[in-house]
Amino acid sequence: MKIGVFVCHCGSNIEGTVDTAAVARASLEFPEVAHAEDVMYSCSEPGQEAIIEAVRSKGLDGVVVASCTPRMHEPTFRRAVERAGLNRYMLEMANIREHVSWIGKNREANTNKSADLVRIAVEKLRRNRPLTPKRFDITRRVLVIGGGVAGIQAALDCADGGMEVVLVEKTSSIGGKMAKLDKTFPTVDCSSCILGPKMVDVAQHPNITLYACAEVEEIGGYVGNFTVKVRRKATYVDWVKCTGCGACMEKCPSKKSHDSFNEGLGGAPAINIPFPQAIPKKAVIDPAFCRQFVKGKCGVCAKICPTKAIDYSMRDEVVEEKVGAIVAATGFDLFDHSKYGEYGGGRYPDVITSLQYERMLSASGPTGGHVKRPSDGREPRSVVFIQCVGSRDKSVDRPYCSGFCCMYTAKQAILTKDHIPDSQSTVFYMDIRSPGKLYDEFTRRAMEEYGARYVRGRVAMITPKGRKLLVRGADTLLGTQVEVEADLVVLAVGAEAAKGSPHLAEKLRISYDKYGFFMESHPKLRPVETNTAGVYLAGCAQGPKDIPSSVGQGSAAASKVLGLFSKAQLESDPQISQVNLARCVGCAKCESTCPFGAIHMIDFRGQPKAEVIETVCQGCGICAVTCPQGAVQLEHFTDNQILAEVDALCRF
Amino acid sequence: MSGLSYAYYPGCSGLGTSSEYDSSTRAVCKALFMELSDVPDWSCCGSSPAHAVDHALSAALSARNLARVRAMDRDDVLTPCPSCLTNLRTADHRMRDEAFAARANSLLDAPYKGGVRARSVLQAIVEDVGMEMVRASVVRPLKGMKVAAYYGCIMNRPPELMAFDDPEHPMAMDLLMEAAGATVLPFPLKVECCGASFGVPRPDVTARLSARLLLTAREIGAEAIVTACPLCQMNLDLRQNQAARFAGTAFEIPVFYFTQLLGLALGAPEGSLGLDKLCVSPARVLEAPAAGETNLTQGSRS
Amino acid sequence: MDVLDLSASYDADFVARVQAESGQNTALCYQCGNCTAGCPYTFAYDIPVSRIMRLVQAGQRRAVLSCRSIWLCATCESCTTRCPNDIDVARIMDVLRHMARREGFATERNVKVFWDSFLDSVRRHGRVFEAGLLARYVFLTGRFWTDADLAPRILPKNKLGLKPHAIKGQAEMAKIFQRFAEQEGRS
Repeated sequence: MKIGVFVCHCGSNIEGTVDTAAVARASLEFPEVAHAEDVMYSCSEPGQEAIIEAVRSKGLDGVVVASCTPRMHEPTFRRAVERAGLNRYMLEMANIREHVSWIGKNREANTNKSADLVRIAVEKLRRNRPLTPKRFDITRRVLVIGGGVAGIQAALDCADGGMEVVLVEKTSSIGGKMAKLDKTFPTVDCSSCILGPKMVDVAQHPNITLYACAEVEEIGGYVGNFTVKVRRKATYVDWVKCTGCGACMEKCPSKKSHDSFNEGLGGAPAINIPFPQAIPKKAVIDPAFCRQFVKGKCGVCAKICPTKAIDYSMRDEVVEEKVGAIVAATGFDLFDHSKYGEYGGGRYPDVITSLQYERMLSASGPTGGHVKRPSDGREPRSVVFIQCVGSRDKSVDRPYCSGFCCMYTAKQAILTKDHIPDSQSTVFYMDIRSPGKLYDEFTRRAMEEYGARYVRGRVAMITPKGRKLLVRGADTLLGTQVEVEADLVVLAVGAEAAKGSPHLAEKLRISYDKYGFFMESHPKLRPVETNTAGVYLAGCAQGPKDIPSSVGQGSAAASKVLGLFSKAQLESDPQISQVNLARCVGCAKCESTCPFGAIHMIDFRGQPKAEVIETVCQGCGICAVTCPQGAVQLEHFTDNQILAEVDALCRF
Repeated sequence: MSGLSYAYYPGCSGLGTSSEYDSSTRAVCKALFMELSDVPDWSCCGSSPAHAVDHALSAALSARNLARVRAMDRDDVLTPCPSCLTNLRTADHRMRDEAFAARANSLLDAPYKGGVRARSVLQAIVEDVGMEMVRASVVRPLKGMKVAAYYGCIMNRPPELMAFDDPEHPMAMDLLMEAAGATVLPFPLKVECCGASFGVPRPDVTARLSARLLLTAREIGAEAIVTACPLCQMNLDLRQNQAARFAGTAFEIPVFYFTQLLGLALGAPEGSLGLDKLCVSPARVLEAPAAGETNLTQGSRS
Repeated sequence: MDVLDLSASYDADFVARVQAESGQNTALCYQCGNCTAGCPYTFAYDIPVSRIMRLVQAGQRRAVLSCRSIWLCATCESCTTRCPNDIDVARIMDVLRHMARREGFATERNVKVFWDSFLDSVRRHGRVFEAGLLARYVFLTGRFWTDADLAPRILPKNKLGLKPHAIKGQAEMAKIFQRFAEQEGRS
C-alpha cells in the first residue's frame, strides 16, 4: 500500500501552533507512507488538486488528510480521492485543529501530538478496504410537524413541488402564533388577512393530509424511509360530519374552558372552534370542562348538532404514516412572567403579556378589538411597555435575545395610538434591536410620528397605586430613577423553546441546545439541516425568529426536502456492521441491543444466525461491542483497526 | 406537642429599643412550645457598620457567636432580628471560603469552624411549628383588625443567601397574621427599605422612605403595620412624626412586632408582650377585636 | 464638562481590586439600569448606582471613591436581588466603602461617624450600648439636637438603658478590633 499524507495549515488556524512541515516530515517515517507534504488550505481547489496530483503521479492507494474535524470536510476529501480514481473510503482524517491547535498553545507538544494522530490514521488506513454504498428506494412523502407559519410554508412548498405532505398540528387549528397576531411589523398589515389564504391553501391542497389535534408519538426508520406513528387525540366530534357551524358553541352551558387561543383572556365554551378562520374549522370538546364528562349529564351539544357529529365515546387513534423526510416546525412558547415577582408575579390583572395585548387589539379577539383593562374594563390612557421580560436575563436562565420583541413592541405602541388617540405609550427598553429591512425606520416611526416615549432602562418594580399601577424604572440616559403611572402594563415576554421540545428531539434523534431549541447542523452553512439525515428544521423550533425568517426557513427546509427527493435512489453509508456467519452462534444479543432494529435472526442451514439489514444499519457499533464472539464487525471500525490504532499510540 | 429546642441569639436592640420584640418573642415561643436557650455571653454581630468597614471584621464579630453556638453542641440558632440574621448567615457562608475564613479567624481568639445555620424566629415558626399548629393554638383571634405586613429589605434578600420565602412577595407574616385572625391587606411595599440605620445621621432620608411606607399603608386601609425587624419598627413607630412632618400629614398608625400580635392571639400573658412600649398607642386598634371578649388593651393604656 | 481621556484615566489596578475584593466580575454589567430603578436611595445619591458600576468599569477611581452614594447605600439588597446578570451590586458598594475609608474619603461624614461610634460601642462593651452610642455621635458631630424630638417619645417607655450591658468576653471583643487595626495598619 502506498499512502500519501497531507498536513493542512488551515491558514494560521493550525500552522499557528503546529509545525505542519515537521509533521509531514515525521509522517514519511510511518509504515507505507510514500508521500507527505504540508498544504496551505487542503480544502481549497489547489489543495484538493495537490491531493489528486499526488495520487496520480505517485500511484498512491490511500490518503490521510490531517486538518479539521471530519464533520467539516470528510465529504470534501472523499470526493477528491474519488476524483483521483480511488475508492472514496480509502481516506482517513486526523483532526489536528479542534483536537490540537485550537486547544493547546505549546507548539512543540502540538506538533508531536499531531504526528501521533497522523500515525494512528495511517495504521487505520492500512486496514481499510474499498467499500461500495448500497442504493435504496425512497418514500417521496414528507412529514411536517407543526402548523405555524413556518410549517405551513414548508408544507405548501413541498406540496407545490409535487410531494405528498402529512402535516401534524398539536392544537385544533393550524396558524400557530401568527394567527393570534392582530397586525404584523413593519408593514402593519392584518396578520390573519395574509396568513388566512395560506391556511386555506393547506386545507384545499390535494397533496396535503392535515392531522389537527394530533401529535407525533413514535418515529422509526431512516432517511428516505421513516415510519411515523401519529396520535390523533379524541375530539369527541366526528370531523367528517362537523360543518363548523358553531351552534354547539353558542348553546354550550359551560363557558369556562381555558381560552388558549385568546391567551386566557376570556373563557371559552367547553366545545369550541378557536377562531373564525380556523383550519380545519371543526369543533373540539375539552373534557376537563364539558358537563357531560364532568357531571355525567348534559348532552346539549349532541342535541343541538344538526349533523349529529358529537361522539362522547370517541377515543384517541394512532395512525401510521410512511415518509422519506421530516420537517420539525414546532415553534416556541412564551416566557412565563410569573417568575418576575417584582412585576407582580402574575397577580396584577392589568399587567398582561404582549400576546394577550395582541388578542385585545384584534377585532376577532375577546374584546372585539377594544383595548380594555382586564380589571375593570376601562380603556387605558397610559400604557407602559416593558421589554426584555425573560430575554437577556441570566438570572432567569434566559441570556439570549428573543429578537422580535423590540419590533412587536413598536408595533403595539403604534396600534395603541391608533386605537386610543389620546393615549400615551411609554416603552422601557435596554437596546433597540431592529436589524431587518425597514425595521429601524419602523421603530423610529413609533417615536417620531406616534409619540411613543422610549425610556432606556429596565423596570425594577410595579406596584398598585389606587386603580393605577406605579411603574418604577430607570432612565439610564438621564442617569436617574423614573416613575410612570400606568393604566395598563404590557410585558414584552420573550420566546422560549416549545414545551416538550427535548422530548420530540429525542424521538427525531436530533440535538437540542440547553434551552431546548433544536440544533442546526451548522450555524452558518447548514441552517435548516440537522445532524440526522432527512430531518430538517423550520421556524422558532430552531431559535427565536420573526415571521419573514420563519417563512424563509420553511421554504428553505422544503427546498432541502425537494432536493433529497429529486434523487432516484439514496445511497446508504457502507460503514456498517457485517456478520461473520462462521463465528456467529445465534445468541441474538445483537438483535436485542440494536437501537435501529437493523439486525434480525435468519435460519442458515438449520442454524440461527444474525443478519444486518444494510439500509437500516446506522453504523453505531453497539452490536459489535455486544457480540461475545466478535462475529459482528463494523466496517472501517473493526476490532483489528481499533487495536492497531491503540497500538500505534502506545508504542511511543 | 413534642418540645422544640433552640439556641437563641437576641441581638443588642432586644436589650434596649426593641425590648418588647425580645419579650414578646420569648412569650410566643413559650406558647408554641419552642424552648429558647440564650447563646452564652453572646456579643454584637457588628450589624451594618461592621460590614461597611470590612468583611473580615464583620464575619469575625458574627463568627464569635456562631462558635459559641457550636460550643452549645448545636448546629442552628434563631434570632428575631433580620440584621443579625443577615450577618450570621453571611459570615457562615463566606467562611466556607478557606482564604476568607483564615482572615476572619485571624481576628478571633478561637476559630469558627463552620456548620451553624442561623434562621429567623419567623422562619422557625413557619417551618418547624407550621401554620396549622399556629392556627389551632389561637385562643383569641384578632378579629376585624386590618393590618399590613411589612418585611423590610433584608429578611428575604438576597434569596440565595436567605433561602426563605419569596424575595419580592414574602408571605410568612401575612399567613401568620391571617392564622391569628387578622385581616391582612395586600401591601405592595413589603420589601422596600424603610431608611435603615440612617435615622440618626441622615434623618431626612429615613423620613422620606418611612413616609412612603406609612402613606401606602394608610392608602390601602391598614389600621396597623406588622413588622419583624427592630430597625423597621423603630423607623416607623418612634420616628413616625418625623415621617409625618416630611409628608406634611399626621399619622397615627401603630407598628407592631408580629410576635406581639401573635402573642395576643395565642393568649400569652400581656405583661410579656410589651404593648405599652410602642410609641404610637395601639389602644384604638386593639379595642375592636377585644370588644366583648377581654380587656386586652389595658396593658397598653397603663 | 471635562473631556475624559479613556486611556489615561483608566485605573486598571482599581478595577482589579474592586473585582478581587468583591468577588464580582464588573464586566457582566450591561447598564440596564435595574439597580438604579429599584434603589430606594437613588433620590439621595449624587451618582446613581448603575453609573457607579459604569465608573468602576471605566476605572474612574477618584470619581467613585469620592462620591456620596457609597456612604448612603443601606445594603438593602434590592440591586443584588434584581440584577439580571446576577452581580452582587450591594457587595461592590460595600467594597467601595472599604476602599474609600482606607484612602481617606468620607463624603458623608456623619454616616461615617455614626458607624464608627457604633463599632466603638461594640469594642468597648461587647454589645451596642445605644445611649452611649448616641452620646458619642453627638459629641463627635456637634449635632446636639439630633433626635431631640424623640426624647419625649422614647424616654417614658423605659427602653433606652442608661447603663451598658457588660459581657464577660469584653476583652476578647476588644482584641478583635485591636487585631483588625493592626492588620489594617500593616496592609
